Amino acid sequence: MNSKVKLLYGILILIALLLPFQNFIYLVFAMKVLCFALFACAFNLLLGFTGLLSFGHAAFFGTAAYITAYLCKEAGFSPELGIVLGVVGSGALGFLIGSLAIRRQGIYFAMVTLALSQMVYFLAVQLPFTGGEDGIQGVPRGMLFGLIDLKNDVAMYYFVLAVFLLGFAIIMRAVHSPFGQVLKAIRENEPRAISLGYNVDRFKLMSFVISAALSGLAGSMKTLVFQLATLTDIHWHMSGEVVLMTLLGGMGTILGPVVGAGIVVGLQNYLANIGSWSTIATGFIFVICVLAFRRGVVGEITAHFKNKN
Amino acid sequence: MKLKQITACLVAATMFGSNPVFAQSGPKASGGVVKIGVLTDLSSTYSDLAGPGAVIAAKMAIADFSKDGTVIGKKIELVSADHQNKADIAANKAREWYDKDGVDVIVELVSTNVALAVMEVAEQKNKITLVSGAASLPITNEKCTANNVHWTYDTYALSNGTAKAVVKQGKKNWYFITADYAFGAALEKDSTNVVTANGGKVLGTSKHPFPNSDFSSYLLKAQASGADVVALANAGQDTINSVKQASEFGINKKQTVVPLLMFISDVHSLGLPAAQGMYLTEGFYWDKDDKTRAFSKRFILQHKRMPTSVQAGVYSSVLAYLNAVQKAGTVDTQAVMKALKSTNIDDGLFKGKIRADGKFEHDMYLLEVKKPSESTSPWDYYNVRAVIPAAEATQPLSLSRCKLVTNK
Amino acid sequence: MFELLGITPQGLVAQLLVGLINGSFYAILSLGLAIIFGLLNIINFAHGAQYTMGAFVAWIGLTQISQWLGFPELSINYWFALIVVPLVMAGFGLILERTMLRRLYHLDHLYGLLLTFGLALIIEGMFRHWYGISGESYPAPELLQGAIPLESLGIILPKYRVWVVIISLTVCFSTWYVIERTKLGAYLRAGTENPKLLQAFGINVPLMISLAYAYGVGLAGFAGVLAAPIFQVNPLMGSNLIIVVFAVVVIGGMGSIMGAILTGLGLGLVEGLTKVFYPEASGVVIFVIMAIVLLIRPAGLFGREK
Repeated sequence: MNSKVKLLYGILILIALLLPFQNFIYLVFAMKVLCFALFACAFNLLLGFTGLLSFGHAAFFGTAAYITAYLCKEAGFSPELGIVLGVVGSGALGFLIGSLAIRRQGIYFAMVTLALSQMVYFLAVQLPFTGGEDGIQGVPRGMLFGLIDLKNDVAMYYFVLAVFLLGFAIIMRAVHSPFGQVLKAIRENEPRAISLGYNVDRFKLMSFVISAALSGLAGSMKTLVFQLATLTDIHWHMSGEVVLMTLLGGMGTILGPVVGAGIVVGLQNYLANIGSWSTIATGFIFVICVLAFRRGVVGEITAHFKNKN
Repeated sequence: MKLKQITACLVAATMFGSNPVFAQSGPKASGGVVKIGVLTDLSSTYSDLAGPGAVIAAKMAIADFSKDGTVIGKKIELVSADHQNKADIAANKAREWYDKDGVDVIVELVSTNVALAVMEVAEQKNKITLVSGAASLPITNEKCTANNVHWTYDTYALSNGTAKAVVKQGKKNWYFITADYAFGAALEKDSTNVVTANGGKVLGTSKHPFPNSDFSSYLLKAQASGADVVALANAGQDTINSVKQASEFGINKKQTVVPLLMFISDVHSLGLPAAQGMYLTEGFYWDKDDKTRAFSKRFILQHKRMPTSVQAGVYSSVLAYLNAVQKAGTVDTQAVMKALKSTNIDDGLFKGKIRADGKFEHDMYLLEVKKPSESTSPWDYYNVRAVIPAAEATQPLSLSRCKLVTNK
Repeated sequence: MFELLGITPQGLVAQLLVGLINGSFYAILSLGLAIIFGLLNIINFAHGAQYTMGAFVAWIGLTQISQWLGFPELSINYWFALIVVPLVMAGFGLILERTMLRRLYHLDHLYGLLLTFGLALIIEGMFRHWYGISGESYPAPELLQGAIPLESLGIILPKYRVWVVIISLTVCFSTWYVIERTKLGAYLRAGTENPKLLQAFGINVPLMISLAYAYGVGLAGFAGVLAAPIFQVNPLMGSNLIIVVFAVVVIGGMGSIMGAILTGLGLGLVEGLTKVFYPEASGVVIFVIMAIVLLIRPAGLFGREK
């Protein structure tokens, strides 16, 4: 990582640390962006770096959300335990769905993930513990490690930021490691990777599970921030949204999904009062991104700088 | 490198948590303004029975309350937002309104899952909610809060109105077509209680996904059961589709189709030929008397449609809130709630009192949809068949499971 | 035995009939997608929105166009709509293909999916914005109103729904015949397998592909017109159907027209049965089947592995 990029990261982190000192950006909004940024980064590990498009990632986001919600509310677990178990749950689900989906490729892979996540959605609707249409509400944020009262938005914000950085760091390490190189090789030319002797299926599955677990982490965090888990978290539209964030920000870049999440969440917030315009705007962004902007925001900026040099 | 950042964040969280230096660490007081938030479904399933009309109703209430738009020397402001029938969007909006924008009270809140989510947020932030559109009983029972009033109607009133009247007509055997979500289940449950308590019997039920467009298989099952009554425990678009398709399949030739929840906007959408003869229970009808007519004629000028009971409920609840603020002399939540629960409400649309559990007790009306030949003008849809007195239309306080009255 | 299952034999047959009606509906809808997805390999996520658009165009033709054009008597009734709407939608599809989809053929299929997904959002958002969510009423034509009593089954079957079955199956099998049994169809199938070779023979392959896409979209519009009298014409008509229709095409087998038709019909029957015994699952049963089929026979029930 060259020094310019390190400086960029440093500045971003500084801004993030100073956010509670201002009144312009609503902290809960910032937390929402962080959660979805983590979700998008996790998704990008699978799509941008391994070349696998999953159409059912909402299943992981939502499953962890429900697990954390239930444990923290009904079983009185402390937040860190609730989060850990949520992540374990979605990781396990990721292993299950991944093992089945990996057997197929391309669009079939995507369709299998869609089908399986629809079944998870069905379970979420029918199982009593999820609360159906109501969802699980009033999830207590609790006391982190028994010390920090997370009801306070500022404390919660720093916790969310810490977790986001942790997740981000894991993804960065994964991408910049030999493991990550193999993933990229699989993305570029799977037959060749196989011929080089790599157990391609194992790598794909590992990538899938990590992606699922980190998506679950994002879901658990989101549950604690908003103190509820609903069917929206596990609906296939959510799967579509995370694809949009990754595409818009830049597939295959590290910061791309973060930027994409920020834009999409921001737009939704800004346009929420205008009803249907949110849908129309989202659609337009999809179309324009695909036709003219395929590298996404970060991708275009990086290409621009590369050209300059 | 990352580890340092992570530790820094955690330390910051521990130490600085509640330091007032931080600009955003709690709900915002409204200061020199009294802010009312209308949180409703502006674009989805319930936008006709609540939606933009509810916002207009709230504006009318503010205008009627005070010519200069102030109360206790503060300016009255109205904000509105679309929750799209999603509990998470509603909760987030409510949180933002209470925390960031200094909103004092949120009204409307159609659909139970939305209402419950926002009531929860309001309780945490110690602010007020006035529910008009949602119907389930848990709002004033298991999930009741000290800062909430349930205004317009609930499933108890609906079942004790419609279900009771129909069973008493001798139609004893019932088949339910129920929307598979909390409200549908609640409506079915309460109506079943009324049916069995009055000597009737439930022959079977079918749960349909929510929302749904094709009811043919459920209607066929209802037909096969041979029940006297095919009861529809759903709302909005689902009810409209069920009624239409029931007529298509000739169900209403041998059986009575009873929509347990229907609004005048639904009747308008269906048209009298399809809806005629149906019984329904509402808390407000625009053509009931001179006062309601006067209000409605002003309303239709702005909204182009007659007010539904939910929209009338928004008018009534906002007006009552402003009166309570004036009576209490402050926007402080506890003082205003006390004023609300100690005043008799009589604003020309509703008349009654707010109970300890937050339920606004008022009369309901058993209505029959007119035949097309009986209707003399647009929106002339109902015959008022009976007035259901408040005490009969409301769940007795003694049976309440609300923590406020059962002493925790 | 039937009493144990909680339903009489007549009741079961009645439910299967209703299921068949829905099935023929799925068949016509997945037919268009089968052509586009199966033959052209374009992942047309806008198919549901195009179906919705078809229904709206029919409704506009019936009720609104008189006001728009200032001719109070002008209105396109149902029978004309059956022809006009698919043509309008085909034109729309043609424009889409020429201006946008064409640019993506050299890329990963993912982009086609994302583009059409975005288009679907735009179309639905716009109709939602103009017409709200409650939906508009579209009456069935007088000839088809009323119902046919079936005494032996103890039910009354609306005439319109019987018509839907007849016309859907007619269109489906005619299309299948054209694609599988005529020269034109042979060109189309050859063009998707090996475009360059066919082009070398002098056939204008890009034009053929555009027309095929247009035809698929036209079919979606046709399904929309058929649906209008049954379901309210509302902007969300297609959005829940789209993934079901995709599932049908995938199960039936990519590139297999007959597979899509039969699977559509089959799904209607399976859903009908599920509604009898376990109604809550009627929405998810298709996905269970899809998952199973994909894992056992990835090319689909009738498809050929590409």
